[in-house]
Amino acid sequence: MIALTLPLEGGPFTPPSVESHLPALFSIGSFEFTKQMLLVLLSVALISWFFIAAARKGQLVPGKLQFLGEMGYGFVRNSVAKDIIGGKDFVKFVPFLFAIFFFILVNNIYGAIPILQLPSFSHVGGAYFMAAMVFVTWIAVGIKRNGIRYLKLAVVPSGVPLPLLFLVVPIEIISNFIVRPMTHSLRLFATMLAGHLIVMLAGEGIRFLVEQDNVALKGVSLLVLIGAIAMYALEALIMVLQAYVFVLLTAIYIEGALHADSH
Amino acid sequence: MHGSMNLVGYGLSAIGGAIGVGLVFAAYINGVARQPEAQRVLQPIAFLGLALTEALAILGLVFAFVIQ
Repeated sequence: MIALTLPLEGGPFTPPSVESHLPALFSIGSFEFTKQMLLVLLSVALISWFFIAAARKGQLVPGKLQFLGEMGYGFVRNSVAKDIIGGKDFVKFVPFLFAIFFFILVNNIYGAIPILQLPSFSHVGGAYFMAAMVFVTWIAVGIKRNGIRYLKLAVVPSGVPLPLLFLVVPIEIISNFIVRPMTHSLRLFATMLAGHLIVMLAGEGIRFLVEQDNVALKGVSLLVLIGAIAMYALEALIMVLQAYVFVLLTAIYIEGALHADSH
Repeated sequence: MHGSMNLVGYGLSAIGGAIGVGLVFAAYINGVARQPEAQRVLQPIAFLGLALTEALAILGLVFAFVIQ
């Protein structure tokens, strides 16, 4: 509370907010090329380079690079696709899940790399598009497997008495076709935005405190720094976890569409 | 002091989602601890429960920013 009564240099502290965007790198007409777009393009190049390099020389005894690549592939194939989709069908979906997982993982990890320091999905557009792609995919998978009957299977649970159906069907329609894709995208976006804002807030706070004349206030910035490092580590964990959750939910939705008649 | 009361409201509403997610994973961990071989069956259910519960917190976040 003492700090609040001290005179502040350079006016009151203004925290960064959701409105503080980076300026666009360049713009063509009304199309603005932003840092996020650059990072997304960079991620495509990075992922392609890494896995092409890892898969180029397929040896029986893998080298370091091949081992890393195979570990990443094996993780998505076995603990996501095989465990959740299962059966004979899962192999078809491995490339899709694999691409989604590593695309989101690399784009999230940008938030933990100094200088880049911006998860691409902290802008909601990218997250909407990813979820829309998954949404279209699982509906298409469901219709291809079960025919047009799938739309009925998806919203009418079996074994529910007729009077209750009037209540259950609208809820199922809202939850499956509206809330599901919305939360799928916003979960990724919201965690990335919050993580990015916390790191930025700590950075702005440290800068503000160091600029003060009072030595005690300068010293307090060290405490902020310690807290910021802890939050930074937590965010790095969340970035990996969100990529996993996103791809896991994708697999769960696809599995639900494949086996709609047994749910 | 200035700012948006919406965010205070969001903080309060997030308590519900937090408790729900906690319950889901408490049950999941309990189940796996008692019967480790059930992990593969329980995992998708746990994450689906997470998705449904967390949806409320996410909707709250959206409304906190959207409604002025």
